[in-house]
Parts: sequence; structure tokens; C-alpha cells
Amino acid sequence: MELTGAEILIKCLQAEKVEYVFGYPGGAVLYIYDELFKQNKVKHVLVRHEQGATHAADGYSRSSRKVGVALVTSGPGVTNAVTGIATAYMDSIPMVIISGQVPTHAIGLDAFQECDAVGITRPCVKHNFLVKDVKDLALTIKKAFYLAATGRPGPVLVDIPKDVTTDKCKFEYPETITMRSYNPVVKGHTGQIKKAVQLLLEAKRPMIYAGGGVILSDAAPQLTKLVRMLGFPCTNTLMGLGGFPATDKHFVGMLGMHGTYEANMAMQNCDVLVAIGARFDDRVIGDPAHFGQVPRKIIHIDIDPSSISKRVKVDVPIVGHVPDVLDDLIKLIDASKQRPEAKALAAWWEQIKLWKTKDCLRYDRKSKIIKPQFVLEKLYEITKGDAIITSDVGQHQMWAAQFYKFDKPRRWINSGGLGTMGFGLPAAMGAQMANPDASVVCVTGEASFQMCIQELSTCKQYRLPIKIVNLNNRYMGMVRQWQQFFHGNRYSESYMDALPDFVKLAESYGHIGISIDKPADVEPALKEAFKRKDELVFMDFITDQKENVYPMVGGGKGLTEMILAEEL
Amino acid sequence: MRHIISILLENEAGALSRVSGLFSARAYNIESLTVAPTEDPSLSRMTIVTSGSSDVIEQITKQLNKLVEVVKVVDLFEAPHIERELMLIKVRANAKDRDDMKRMSDIFRGRIVDVSEDTYTIELTGTGQKLDSFIEALGSSVILETARTGACGISRGQRVLRI
Repeated sequence: MELTGAEILIKCLQAEKVEYVFGYPGGAVLYIYDELFKQNKVKHVLVRHEQGATHAADGYSRSSRKVGVALVTSGPGVTNAVTGIATAYMDSIPMVIISGQVPTHAIGLDAFQECDAVGITRPCVKHNFLVKDVKDLALTIKKAFYLAATGRPGPVLVDIPKDVTTDKCKFEYPETITMRSYNPVVKGHTGQIKKAVQLLLEAKRPMIYAGGGVILSDAAPQLTKLVRMLGFPCTNTLMGLGGFPATDKHFVGMLGMHGTYEANMAMQNCDVLVAIGARFDDRVIGDPAHFGQVPRKIIHIDIDPSSISKRVKVDVPIVGHVPDVLDDLIKLIDASKQRPEAKALAAWWEQIKLWKTKDCLRYDRKSKIIKPQFVLEKLYEITKGDAIITSDVGQHQMWAAQFYKFDKPRRWINSGGLGTMGFGLPAAMGAQMANPDASVVCVTGEASFQMCIQELSTCKQYRLPIKIVNLNNRYMGMVRQWQQFFHGNRYSESYMDALPDFVKLAESYGHIGISIDKPADVEPALKEAFKRKDELVFMDFITDQKENVYPMVGGGKGLTEMILAEEL
Repeated sequence: MRHIISILLENEAGALSRVSGLFSARAYNIESLTVAPTEDPSLSRMTIVTSGSSDVIEQITKQLNKLVEVVKVVDLFEAPHIERELMLIKVRANAKDRDDMKRMSDIFRGRIVDVSEDTYTIELTGTGQKLDSFIEALGSSVILETARTGACGISRGQRVLRI
């Protein structure tokens, strides 16, 4: 029996066990929506803007380790989705985006709602396809899911012209697939792993630095085992939080531009560094020349060879799937009789403890104005560290990363690479869909939140009981902080003088809104919000306008050139 | 430093723009780029002449390998290799300097492939440097038009680029 392209697409999604498709209909995808309507295995979530669809699919993926799926129409549908696709690309999130396209005979003729979707998205996808013949559709969808989820994951876009959705052919979904041009390395090189083990066992001031690759490859158990068996200090990047338990005694906090003093100092001064699923980016190590001033041996484990020796030259590169490589490392260390020199390691930990005494995350706990850090500490206490936290981008994001202690992976969901304001709420929707029983919290700010505020309507439609913690300082806080530090206090366009009444706004969308402006009311408000298990609660915390995120490494500065609170 | 990178890639629509897009997005240099299908029509072979430090060239080859449609990448500068470029050059050849022009072409082992009353079209292959020398030897006053392919290259001896 022959099926239409639209029928084939839905059958493919079913075969991939797709639970949710986040999307928005339009002319070019009407036949696909018609087929969605006729079945109930693949559920559609109607967002209010295509950016929301891609972020929701992204949040779904990050919180569930499945491939997120978004469906958008041609032209503006796909251009609106680009921000979300680029966000997923920068953080290596496996996603498949289906976009409608004008009919094949109209392509290139400037048709209504036509845009070159494949051309526009090419630099921000792992791969993309234009399906010109219905006979290629099933195989292309198979390839898209395969490419998205394997190797270094990433978003894959499939552009389907409208006539392909009505053309017919026999449906056959391939069970497996191989591509001669795509063979990601999985197994690490044994010789390299042996070299790494030797370096680790001889280290006197070791440091383990783990990033988002640990989360994406589900290597948290292996990482935890390795750190504990060696007794080495461990730091996580912003993307790696939860990859190693934050409450473990070996954890020295997040590193980087807003990392802890002890993490940055240990990173800079170690003699053997193991980078795992991380990429030495500018927000993590600052100026690479400054970082290179201290001699150290670097072992770098990553699935993507192009991430290795890109900004920082390494001594022992190991290309492979992180959990497999770590398993091999652990086995070899187990088998070796040698152990790191205990005396040297003890001295190193003494040094780290000394750095810790800087108490770099301290803030004024007696303040009469709500301190944002205080709200996050209370949020951590009340949720017992067990919530899924999504965030937008800015100061609130950094405070959440610093003050919420993530012990498990896939609990911290933020746009680390692209830094997309507006990410938090739609990502929380996807996370809540994937984890209906979990407490999902969106930590945001009044500037970021307004970038995808329309999704409050989606939350109502699907009864998503997300808790929104809005740290409202009436500024684009991080912009203001940079302007204070580096632009002579000239707060150019970082102040928002026409904010909505967020409580009324939440209410108008059918949710609950609370405004909190006294420190004493923070805890009761949070408790009250989490009692309402079935409702979305928007908490508008009126916080200190001039609070800054410390420590801070200025743009282009060395990792240890930190601005600490006391120095201002 | 100058490098010649040879790439085998799937002969599919859009593959070329993925490669050229990669070079522009990451601010790598392209001196020349040639591409055509191989004896296996499902594959194209691309030759890119680029320049950069060894770190940059390493990143270029890694990033190229990462493209899904790229099957194989080799830096020809890693081993002895042959490099050739083809040029078609149309020159002014009036009655009085027709013989000179013919002699010049012979010296550079060019072939005259088209003749008109006032012009010769000469076909010349060689390294880019040889083609440059020919242009210089002729002088700009007699040159009417040039068309160059950009370099293509192949390893010497047993080294082959195939799947």
C-alpha cells in the first residue's frame, strides 16, 4: 500500500517512539498536521512562537536524554526557530526539526512564505536535509534521528516541501543505518589511555575538569567513581553541573568567569589536568595565553576531535565516548599497584582549603532588601536539591549555578553556549512534559522572561505546574554589571522603565502570581508555591538592584584575575 | 604556510556550500577551490588551497572531517605530491607579433587552442607559479582575458585518496 509523505512522516515519528512534537502549524505543514490529528501516539504541543517550540524540544531532550522534536512551517516558521536551533547546536543537544517548505516547483521563485531553510540553518545544525522526493523521506528521517543522537549530538533539520507531503510511495522504515561518511569514534585509544593513567598516578597537584559532555553521554557515574577513587579535586563547567555531585567533598565548585575562587585557582595551578567532555572555552579559562603561563600536563577526553587542541594545546588527547573511556581508565587504575603520592595530594588539598577561606560566594545576609542569592539558597533548601531547574541568561543564571547544588545530572538546564535569553520558560515546558512528576522551576529575570513570555499561554493549555522564580532587579542585570565594572557606570539602555505588573500578567494568563519584596517573605512564598502542585506559580521577587555576581573574571582576562566582592 | 587539502565528499547538492560555509564561518583562508565528480559518480573530489599556521591547518582538517558529507580529508603537504593548475589565456596577436606570441607559448609549453585574426587563446598547465611567470613574461598590455581553474593535486607514489 502506498502512503502519502505526511502519513510516512508520522509513521517514522512513531517508529522513533517520539512522545511529543513541539510545534506551530502553517500553510506548508497542513497535511502533516492533518495526519497528526488522525492518530494519538505522537502528541503535539502547541506553542505560541516557534522559538518556544525549539526551546521546549531542547528542554525535553536535556531532561530526558531523548531526541527532542519540533515541527514548524516554512518561511517565518523556520526563521523564528533559528534561535532555538542555534541554542541546541552550541550546547550539542540532540534534536530533529521538521520544517515545511513551499512545493518543489515553487522553490527559488520567491513564493509566499518561502525561505532557504537549509541555507539559513546550515551554520547552526549538525546536518540538514531538503527532501525533494517522497521516496527519500523515510530514510532521511532515519538519518536525522541517527545523526542527532550519535557522536557529538546536535540538531538536525529536515525541510519537507508541501508536495512531498501529498506525494505517495511505499513505506519502509529502515531498522538500522550506516553512513560511509559518518563514523564517530567510540572507543578511546588504548595507548593514549595508558599514558593518561601514568600521568594521573604521578600527579602531585591534579585537577579534574568536567563539562557538558559528561551530562550528554550519561557519564556521571563513571566520573564520580574516578574522582572518588583518586581523591582528586573536581570542578564542573556551567554545562557540566550535576555531572559530579555538588555536595561531595571533592567538588570545588563551578569554574570560569563566575566560578569559585578555589576552582579557578586550582585549575590554573594544577600540574596534571584532566578535561572531560569540556572545551576550554573563553568563559571557562579566559585568556588562553594567561592560562598557558603555568606549565601543566593536560589530558583531554572528548568525542569530538575538533574540540581537542582548539584553544589550548593538550598533551594526551583521547577521542572517544566519555563513559567508555572513563571505564577503561578506571580499569587500568584499579589494576595498577601505584597510587598518587599521598603526601603531595594532602598538601594540594591544604592549599585548596586555604583558597576556600576566601569565602568567595559570600553576600550580605542581613540585607533588608531581598538578595537574589538568598532566594536561590532558600529554593535549594525547600526543593531539597531535587528540582529540575531551567534558567534564562544573565545574573540569575550565574547565581542559580553557584547556589543551587546539583547532585544529579540533567537537573540543570540552561543555554550555556549561545546564551539565549528567553530559553528558560519554554525549556521548562519541555522538561515538565518529559518529567510530569518532577518539580520544574524556571529561574529567570524580568528582562529574559519577557523574551518568551507568550509561552505562559501554552503552560495554561497543557496545565504545566512550573514554578517561576523571577529575580526582578529592574535592570538587565549582567549588562548593568559589565557597565558598572568596565564602562564607568554608564548604564546605557540596560534599565527597563516600563515593566508590566507580573502578578496581574500571570493572572491574566490564568496562573497564580505572587509578589515578594521582603527577605522574611521569601521562604513562605516558596513554600506556598510548591504546595500548589497542579498550578503554575509566578513568584516576582523584588531584589537588590545593584547586586553583582562575584567572583568575576573580566572578558579576555586571565582565569585567576578575579574581581572579588571585597575589592570593590 | 600554504597547504593543499584534498577532500572526498558525497556528490550531493549543498555539500560544496557546507565546505565553503565552514571556511567563511571560522575565518579560514581559501586561495582556491576546485571540485568535480570522481570516477565514482557518487563522490566528488575537492581541492582547497589554504594557508595558516599548523594549528589552524589541524583545525581545518578536523572541522572538515566533522562535516557529515565529508568522507575523507588529506593534507597533501604531509608527503611529496604533484600540483597542477590549468589556465586559458587570450592574448592580442596581431600580424606583427604573432610569431613572438607563438614562441612564447612554446617556451612555456603552452598550446594554442583557438586562433582568430587578432588573437590567440593559449592553454597552459603547471604550478600556480609557472602560470604567474607566463603572465608576467607576456606583460599586461597583450593579455585580453585569463581563466584559471585553481590548483588540483595528487600524492606521489603509492599514497592514494580513496574509500
